[in-house]
Amino acid sequence: MKHLIEAHLRRDFLRRSLAGIGTLALTDLMRGATVADPLAPKAPHYAPKAKNVIFLFQEGAPSQMDLFDPKPGLQKWHGQSLPPSMTKDMKLAFIKPTAKILASPRKFAPQGQSGMLLSDLIPHTAKHADDICLIRSMHSEAFNHHPGQLLLFSGHMTGGRPSMGAWTTYGLGSESKNLPAFVALQSGPGASAGSDLWTNGFLPSLYQGTVLRSSGDPILYLSNAPGFSNEAQRARLDVLKDLNTERQNVTGDLEIASRIHSYELAYRMQSAGPELTDLKAEKPETLDMYGINEKESRQYGTNLLLARRLVERGVRFVLCVHSGWDHHSAINGNLPKLCAQTDKPTAALLTDLKQRGLLNDTLVVWGGEFGRTPMSEIRRPDEADNAGRDHHPNGYSIWMAGGGVKPGMTLGATDELALNITEDRVGVHDLQATIMHLLGMDHTKLTYRHMGRDFRLTDVHGEVVKKILA
Amino acid sequence: MLPRLALFAIPAALVAQDVDFVRDVQPVLKRNCYACHGPGMQQSGFRLDDPKAALKGGYSGASIVPGKAAESPLVHRIKAEKGVPAMPPGPRRLKPEEVEIIAKWIDAGAKVPEGLAVAKAVRPKSNHWAFQPIVKPTAPAVASEVGVRNEIDRFVIARLEKEKLQPAPEADKRVLLRRLSLDLTGLPPTPEEMDRYLADTKPGAYERQVDRLLASPAFGEKWARHWLDQARYADSDGYEKDWVRPWAWRWRNWVIDAINQDLPFDQFTIKQIAGDLLPNATVEDHVATGFHRNTLTNREGGIDDNQFRFEGTLDRSSTVGTVWLGLTVGCAQCHDHKFDPITQKDMYSMFAFFDNVEELNIDAPLPGEVGPWMRTHNEYRGKREELLKEYNVAALQASWEKDILYTIAHPGERTDWDLAWDCVNKLTADGDGAKIVQIPLEKRTQRQKDILTDHFVGNYHFAVGNKKWKELKLDELQKKLRELKASYPQLSQAMVISENDAPHPTYVRVRGDYKTNGIEVQPDAPAVLPELKVAGGKQATRLDFANWLVSKENPLTARVTVNRIWQELFGAGLVRTPDDFGLRSERPVHPELLDWLAAEFRDNGWSRKDIIRTMVLSGTYRQSSAARPEVQQNDPNNTLLARQNRLRLSGEAIRDAALEVSGLLTKQVGGPSVTPPIPAGVLESGYGSRGWNGAWQEAKGADRYRRGLYIQFLRTTPYPLLVNFDAPKATVTACKRDRSNTPLQALNLLNDPVFLEAAQAFAVNLVTETRGDFRSRLDTAYSLALGRKPSDAERVRLQAYFEKQQALLGQDEKALAQLAPIAIENVKPAELAAWTALSSVLMNLDEFITRE
Repeated sequence: MKHLIEAHLRRDFLRRSLAGIGTLALTDLMRGATVADPLAPKAPHYAPKAKNVIFLFQEGAPSQMDLFDPKPGLQKWHGQSLPPSMTKDMKLAFIKPTAKILASPRKFAPQGQSGMLLSDLIPHTAKHADDICLIRSMHSEAFNHHPGQLLLFSGHMTGGRPSMGAWTTYGLGSESKNLPAFVALQSGPGASAGSDLWTNGFLPSLYQGTVLRSSGDPILYLSNAPGFSNEAQRARLDVLKDLNTERQNVTGDLEIASRIHSYELAYRMQSAGPELTDLKAEKPETLDMYGINEKESRQYGTNLLLARRLVERGVRFVLCVHSGWDHHSAINGNLPKLCAQTDKPTAALLTDLKQRGLLNDTLVVWGGEFGRTPMSEIRRPDEADNAGRDHHPNGYSIWMAGGGVKPGMTLGATDELALNITEDRVGVHDLQATIMHLLGMDHTKLTYRHMGRDFRLTDVHGEVVKKILA
Repeated sequence: MLPRLALFAIPAALVAQDVDFVRDVQPVLKRNCYACHGPGMQQSGFRLDDPKAALKGGYSGASIVPGKAAESPLVHRIKAEKGVPAMPPGPRRLKPEEVEIIAKWIDAGAKVPEGLAVAKAVRPKSNHWAFQPIVKPTAPAVASEVGVRNEIDRFVIARLEKEKLQPAPEADKRVLLRRLSLDLTGLPPTPEEMDRYLADTKPGAYERQVDRLLASPAFGEKWARHWLDQARYADSDGYEKDWVRPWAWRWRNWVIDAINQDLPFDQFTIKQIAGDLLPNATVEDHVATGFHRNTLTNREGGIDDNQFRFEGTLDRSSTVGTVWLGLTVGCAQCHDHKFDPITQKDMYSMFAFFDNVEELNIDAPLPGEVGPWMRTHNEYRGKREELLKEYNVAALQASWEKDILYTIAHPGERTDWDLAWDCVNKLTADGDGAKIVQIPLEKRTQRQKDILTDHFVGNYHFAVGNKKWKELKLDELQKKLRELKASYPQLSQAMVISENDAPHPTYVRVRGDYKTNGIEVQPDAPAVLPELKVAGGKQATRLDFANWLVSKENPLTARVTVNRIWQELFGAGLVRTPDDFGLRSERPVHPELLDWLAAEFRDNGWSRKDIIRTMVLSGTYRQSSAARPEVQQNDPNNTLLARQNRLRLSGEAIRDAALEVSGLLTKQVGGPSVTPPIPAGVLESGYGSRGWNGAWQEAKGADRYRRGLYIQFLRTTPYPLLVNFDAPKATVTACKRDRSNTPLQALNLLNDPVFLEAAQAFAVNLVTETRGDFRSRLDTAYSLALGRKPSDAERVRLQAYFEKQQALLGQDEKALAQLAPIAIENVKPAELAAWTALSSVLMNLDEFITRE
């Protein structure tokens, strides 16, 4: 009965509030009064190869010569310092150019049809050698974490600019009605760049990445405030909608219509969020495959499974950050741990996307902000196996898969010791230009006017790496 | 390829000796190059009409190598060779025979006859409106006086009349006071304030409200926030470690006080740019320079100090350029400005004012601090020395310092000590450890000694390992020293700048690369603007620059500043690009009004309060903000100002309003930043969570309810409410906030426990302080939250909601515990709970978060 009364009152309320405004004014106000949704999907510059991106960011800089770029030369030089002529152009963070070379104990074997050489630390990823496109010739200008991460994600070493996901959302809008267009997930300890990895920078906050959290509410403030049942929440939204509509009629401000729209979207997110993170619908084999039942890989595995679920639900840009790769010390003990956390889930994501037919239009990118030195870093000379590797922005490895890149391909090469790039250098801005290209955007045309200048993700650089396009 | 080579082959007819500079070379250069590289303009610092300057080259060095045309960059460029920028830019190329003349001349030694007359270089000129002197215009005549309250309105209405439009009617009194209160103090009016205003029917009632609000301490808080945005204020370093800056707030205090005292904007400027250089500078003058300490600090291990020092200086100069001059000076970091007449040399000449700046912390006691500190300081020092003695610090530190000094001289020999040295460089708190360690002990000040000792005690493990550090019990000592310090009165500190006593020259950086020096430059203002003159032709100082910024001749500071003040009161500036008054700025629709305001401001003592008073007293400001269908069509952005604008409040203001109307707000002005509840997981998303920052100690007492401007702002993990509502990220200057409208904002207001707490308090106040029926309570609730009475329709709708919630909640014990957290005599829990729910509805209304 109460419900009926409320419904009746509501209708009455709307009728009366509309009557309060002159007919002429009302017609005028309603003309073209469809609220422009700034996140409505926008046409790309040209036909895209990828609709979605899952960026598996390995924060801290994984060691390329222990994972992707075998360097037998290290054995030969192990324990020796390099002549100054070889190190004169190196940008080093902690060690000095005289630091001694550290051999890699890893075994590399050819994988798949392509025969790609990959390390024994990533046996699961190795099974996907024919799906991935490995770039061994990455170059960054930065050799410290925060600047390196800013450069990779915002195109500039100092802060304040939008991240790649924000640019993508700005350029393409959102395909998802109930979830944000750009979602970030984190595992491991906090990343150096923190929220800069998903910041909207100078773009409106509409384009910021929404963090999907691993504990508590999956999205900040997603649960009803304590004391509000779902019914009470809906009642709150209904009364808000009515009162806001009334205010819109009084003021004629269309912004109120978009406020109502935002509240309704928020409400839909409240059910879409828990549905998204509820993994009960997934088969047990799937959870196994992602390593969710193992302690080491649970966190990252869960995030990667969520990444697939996000992409399935139309989320355009998913950033998975896994921190902890900064192996200045004890690399031979620590690197296997990181691989145990990540290798299985990474392979599972590729398998899963592929079997669901999602890999074709989803671009998966795996990589860190730079690589590591062939020379050793020894922070505690008195401790055994203390050797690690310092930061090295020249000639590190990343890989991509799906979404319009050539599978089973290896691009670029480094010299005997991975000191320098010998073939097909790919700069960070080139990588960005390529990702934008695969999404159907010309990186030179995706601009935003701020402080008198048309800014873009690739700053004033970047060329699409044509060789890797499928 | 062949034909092109052939073009440049030397024809037998023309041999080197035949080329005459005046007869052959000069005409070619004049025709093709002087426009950009002549007496009026020297792009890339390169001037070709003056042979001496031509041989010297531009920012990146020589372009002519006498005797070697093939090695001369000039020749590569005019030949448009691959990989170099072609000259002249654009499709037009020099004729082959012209190129040949230049090449031959260079091959012959680039000789120039003696005594050649050279035109005097002239300062660049620009006709761009913003660079012209401010001439105060007379207000135009208007056909109808309706809506005219002061001169501002004459400019606005004259323009409207041209479009055959009338201004909007004045807003309702209730709307006006709410607007005025939110704009001037960032807080909604209390019902009592509203009643007093409504009851005041004598002439000047509105003016009295304006004066009351301008005198409120909350005025300084509201307007400080706008300034903090521009100053990129934050409570942490930024970058990876993102250390908390425990004393950043001391400068914020200065800003709030200065604005409340209406420190004239010229003084406000001079003190912040160069307070340290003022004769007889006071502590507060030094504190003011904290403006420049808001740059980010990178403490990441292994970074190149020079790079981040350069970035910081660059940020300082470009921030000043944007904040005071409205110019995107920073665009000229790598090359001459693409659109504005600002050369790369101009950029580095401004940079030079900040190139010898040194950062330091000083004692900056607040009233009441000195007495207790004085009485106990010797005792504190005694106990500190005792502790240091007990743990044998002097000897340990001396030996550590010896090793550090050795390591500085012998990098790479001992990798553990390399790291320890890097840590002295990066991880010394409150000062420059790297500098101090290289000063002989006897020459160090007490402050320097303390800084280094504190660093040593806390960081010796980088040198000798954790085991040894703990064996020496230095971890224990570190804790004891901290506790000791916390148990004695200390003086507030301020982060300030000063001038280095051993200045170094400043160079243009070639292509903006900090490692590549080009030509040397002197500190100076951009050449296209009125000259910065220094008595006796001495080198200009930062103080000279500050004085120049607020000189009568500089037309930009006043224009830019009044425009930003206007923006805060109308939602958009008269110039809609508040950070760019350059050639690509949006031309103002009311240029004369802008100049009138700028002249008022500049010529009447630079009073912020006066210019704000003038603006809010105008009829233009007081117009209704309701949409006007007849205007909407032709002027959707309301540039003609035929009405006021409805503006969504900032995140801070939304929080403040919720706390204020619910009676929770703690109205303490100034002081250290506060840490209200923050959702779990937010801080952990940054590296700071690894322990560098210390914990976010959730405030339980009065500090939990302070205004949003006092919330501790950590750059890598900012407070979610602020992020959701478009607060700037505090990495670079921000002259304007977006007002986006997102579902995350809705979730924030609906579900954040902070807002639930406000709704609970609001309801408790409502049911305890007002007696009676739903109707009268709802009236009170509306006047508290929105400053008005509900309409009948609203009342009916909310009553239906209220009754339904009351019925539902009556059966829900758990919900009652949350929404009716305390028992109130004669009020049923379900009733209180329903009022909590209804209060939360009010605080989610678009109207609540909007200034109408």
